[in-house]
Order: sequence, then C-alpha cells, then structure tokens
Amino acid sequence: MSQAIGQLVAAPFVVPVLTAGVMLALGDRRHARACRALSLAGCVLLVLCAVLLLGWSSGGEPAVYAMGNWPAPFGIVFVLDRLSALMLATTAVLGLACAWYSLGGWDERGRHFHALLHLQFAGLNGAFLTGDLFNLFVCFELLLIASYGLMLHGGGQGRQRATLHYVVYNLVASSVFLIAAGVLYGATGTLNLADLAIEVAAAPEADRALLRGAGLLLAVVFAVKAAVLPLSFWLQAGYENASPPVACLFAVMTKLGVYALLRVFTVVFGEQAGVAAGLALPWLLPAGVCTLVFATLGAAAARSLGALAAQLVAASAGTLLIAVGTFTDAGIGAALFYLVHASIAGGLLFLVAGEIAADRGASGHRLEPGARVTAPWIAPVFLFAALASSGLPPLSGFLAKLAVLQGVLDARGATIAWIAILAGTLVFVVSLARAGSILFWRPGRRGGGDDRPVGDCIPVHGRRGPIGLLCACVVLLTIGAGPVARFTDEAARQALDVEAYVSAVIQPPEEETPPGLLLDGDRLRTRQRGPAVESHEVAL
Amino acid sequence: MELLVASGIGVLTAAGVYLLLRASTFPVMLGLTLISYAVNVFLFSMGRLAIGMPPLLREGGDLYADPLPQALVLTAIVISFAMTALVLALAVSLHAGSGSDHVDGPPPGGQP
Repeated sequence: MSQAIGQLVAAPFVVPVLTAGVMLALGDRRHARACRALSLAGCVLLVLCAVLLLGWSSGGEPAVYAMGNWPAPFGIVFVLDRLSALMLATTAVLGLACAWYSLGGWDERGRHFHALLHLQFAGLNGAFLTGDLFNLFVCFELLLIASYGLMLHGGGQGRQRATLHYVVYNLVASSVFLIAAGVLYGATGTLNLADLAIEVAAAPEADRALLRGAGLLLAVVFAVKAAVLPLSFWLQAGYENASPPVACLFAVMTKLGVYALLRVFTVVFGEQAGVAAGLALPWLLPAGVCTLVFATLGAAAARSLGALAAQLVAASAGTLLIAVGTFTDAGIGAALFYLVHASIAGGLLFLVAGEIAADRGASGHRLEPGARVTAPWIAPVFLFAALASSGLPPLSGFLAKLAVLQGVLDARGATIAWIAILAGTLVFVVSLARAGSILFWRPGRRGGGDDRPVGDCIPVHGRRGPIGLLCACVVLLTIGAGPVARFTDEAARQALDVEAYVSAVIQPPEEETPPGLLLDGDRLRTRQRGPAVESHEVAL
Repeated sequence: MELLVASGIGVLTAAGVYLLLRASTFPVMLGLTLISYAVNVFLFSMGRLAIGMPPLLREGGDLYADPLPQALVLTAIVISFAMTALVLALAVSLHAGSGSDHVDGPPPGGQP
C-alpha cells in the first residue's frame, strides 16, 4: 500500500501530461467531445489525487518520490509535504472549475484549449512537488509555455498585445532564473534543494556574496511570478484580457511565486543557512506592503470588472508576502489559509465577471452604464464573490484576513502592515460596491461607443456548475475554518522544519544501492571545487 | 580563457539588454536570443572551464569536464529555442493584424 501511494506522489504531474498527450494525438477538431470528456475526467482524477495526497500528507513526514529510484542529490526528487499537498488541492479545484466552465463554449474559441490546460496543470503541480531547483525551472517553463497559449486563447489584438509583453517579460525572468541556478551550482555543486540547504549552511565566508547574490536573483524571479511591485506590470493587462476560464486558473499562478519564495527561502536560505541566513527577511514585508498599496490604487481606478479582479489577485499576493515575510509559524499558517481562500475567491470573481460580460453583450464587463444584466442569479452571486474576495464577514475571507492580521502582530513593521491591509480592504469594498452599483443598478444608456478592439471575440456564457462549485468551496472553507486553519498551521510548522525536510530527502547511503554509484557521487561532490582550478592551468 | 569567456558573456548580455529595450518587436526578439546565448555560455562556465577533458570520473583521473551544466544547457537551449519561435510567431501575427511592429501597437491615429 505504501508502495502504491509512494507512486501516487508523481501522479499530479504524470496524469495531466498523459491526458494532454492523448488529447493532442486525438486532435480537438475531430474528437471534440472525446477531448472534453477526457479533460473533465482528468481534472476529476487530479482532484481525487489531491484529496488522497492531502489526507496522506497530514500523517507527518514528507514523502519523497525519487525519479528512476536515483537517490536524492543525484536524481530528481518530488517531495510531498502538507504545503505542497495544499497547493495541489487548490490548483486541482480551480482547474476543475476552469475546465468545466469552458465547456460552455470558451474552449471552442481556439485550438487545443484542453491540452494546454492540462500542460499548465502539469507545470503547476510539478513546481509544487519538485525538490530540485533546475526541475523547478523546467516546470516553470512548462507552465509558462502553456500559459502563453492559454492567454492567447480566443484571439484578438488586445490578447496578443498583452501576451507579447507577458512572454518577453517572463523570458527575461527565466534567463535570470538560469543565472541564479548557475551561480548556485557553481558555488555549491548541487541543485537539489535539500542538498543546497546542507551546502549553503556549510559554505565558507568567501562564498557569501555569490550565494546571497544568487539567492536574491531567485527572489526577483519568484517576485515576477508573484506579481510583486515593481515587477507586476504584466499582470493587469494579461489577466484582464485573458478569457474568463483562463483568468480563473491564473488566480493560482501568482500564488506559485509566493510558494516558491516560501519554499526556497525557508529550505535553502532560511535561518540555518550560515552566510546566507534570513536572506529574504528584510525584503518581503516592504515589498508586500508596496504591492498591496499599488494594487489598492489600481482597484480604485479600475475601469472594468476584470481589471478589478486582477488587482484583487495582485493585492492578495501582497498580503501573502506580508504574512510570509514574518517567517513564523503563525504568519505562514495564516498566509496559507489566506492563499487557499484568495485563489478560490479570485477565480470565482473572474468567472462571475465572465458571466456578466456574456450577459451584457457589447458593454462587456466594463464599468460603465450599459445593457442591463438580465439573468437574475448573477447579482447575488456577484455579491457573494465580492464579499468573499474583499474579506467581509461572514465568509472565509474575513477569517483569513483576521488570521493574517494576528499572524503579523509580532513582526517588525506590523503597524504598517495592519494599516495597508485594513485600508486596502476598505478601498476594495468601496471599489466592488461601486462596480456592483454600476453594473446592476444603472442600466439603460449604452456607454460612449464600443472601443473593443476589432477581432476580439464576443464573450460567451460558460457552465454555471463551476461557479456553484467555487461558491460551495468558499462556504466549506468558512464552515470548516477550524480544521483548515489547524492544517495550515501544521503545514507552516512543517515548512519551517528544514531539518525534517532535508533528512527526508537525503537518505544516508544504504547497502542495497548499486556499488560505485554512491562512491562516484561522493567523489563528485568532494571534488566539485577541486579539479576546476587545476583545469584552468591545464587549459592555459 | 576566463577573461575571454567572461567578457564574451558580458558583451552578449549588454547587447541583448540594449536590443531588449528597443520599441519594435524584432530587435526585442534578437535581444532575447542574445541574452539566452549569454546565459547558456554562463551556465557552461559554471561547471568550470576545462579543455579536452572527458565528462566522466575515472579511476585515478582527477580532471574531468563537469557533465551536469552541459545537460542543463541542453535543456535551456531547447526551451529558449521554442520560446523564440513563439515570440516570432506572435510578433508576425501582431504585425499582420495591426500593420505595426511597435511593442505597444500602432500609435493612436498616427502612421506606424
């Protein structure tokens, strides 16, 4: 049984890759129905996997899956702990909502929607699971390639323009990632996160600048993904222009940046890291506050519901950074609870914005008096989504924000964080109220001319099921806040327990391993720094 | 050799950044390509520079070329190649659609 479940750790990566491959082979024109069925089945399977892994991870020890059974520092490992299981579950739920919603017609607006979607899941899940820095890069690229395709989905000049900026920006970020990974490899001779933790902790004083520089470069890359100011300008145009199901899934993509920051800056550059200890500590809280303030201003100035939702996503990233930046049990535990809530509420708001746009026709989701929203169910759902995403009681957003406020209480700069979070919440409430009153209470007059770019497709309705699903998730999070908060607190404690992580990943050499393999590996590691210097002399 | 490789990386990166900051899509793409070349050479040199060494550990042999960065560079080349193709396709499509290859689209009302 434990063998089977050990294999299951790789399933969230393997299943979507296989699904996407089959869908690409079938072709989405000739076998559209089969692709849709397969996509939905794949998503349900991912949810089931995530639930199983969530249950299993609450057992305690991190579970390690070694690719090809190569032991840790030499092969690539997937590590499942509470934190990654939580991220997997959040992604799986949002992914299901995205695929389901798109069945209403969005998936026919371009080619290979479902295949790209599953490649995106593979990239996201791989990034959440991997215990290797270069594999993290590969997973980032996988999800980015898929996200470029998804962001373009539906076509139109606006989308292409936003995607071009997004692609170029992320390619530069990827180059920076490679440079950082290269420097870390050059200085330590390893790319395995657990092994890096050992090597960085034992690094000599001479490597101080190299290691700290590489670490901060990594922080920059993750900050691009998390849309941290001043690296966040790709976010609004991209999310606003993306089709609603895609934007719904993208709500979890910024959280990946926060996850990567949390993982790398606890395991590799945490308190125990010697010359590079506490590298991100002075940066995260100020960066989070700035992101939050900027997103708040953006929300107040938003001219469409999509832009408002995009700013809410950016604001949630800022709030998360503030809480993660404490690097304490309480702060990170609260951040993880808020992360789950904010992803689901953000996705919900994007789907509702999509429904509103489809209902109003030419006015879209622009915040200007236009066609009346006819479907009677949209208004209460919008109210629900607005309450959830702005963080008003009685929904889980309120509880999550309360937890964050409590979590940062003892941190340095807590006053500023409190002011930013509370003032931000107020402005978001006002912005959402303004959006609601324009959309629902001031119908009639058509807005001044339709400046929608030529070639942009008219929005269509999606399925209503996933909106209900996400609403139900928010309600569940509210009712089950106690157990969820206990789980996230445990997850935070586990994420900060670097020793357990390292000892789970790096097994002491065993007798059964093939002789020679470990011997060579040990020599490789001890000699990493040795022959290099000599080889220059030979070369010269 | 270090000086040559290091200044090569530096020049490539500088040229890449300069091109990246241009306002039309084609120079931007060239800039991305140059930067990815620079990064690839940089990754190579992170395994330490060695000439004529086997990428293997052998009994009694102390000198070897580190094979891992080569594997990394291979991955990075494939990815950056695919990405360049994507950016190119996107840029061509934008140009065909709007008649301008400015990164922010044609200026409102003016000639591109």
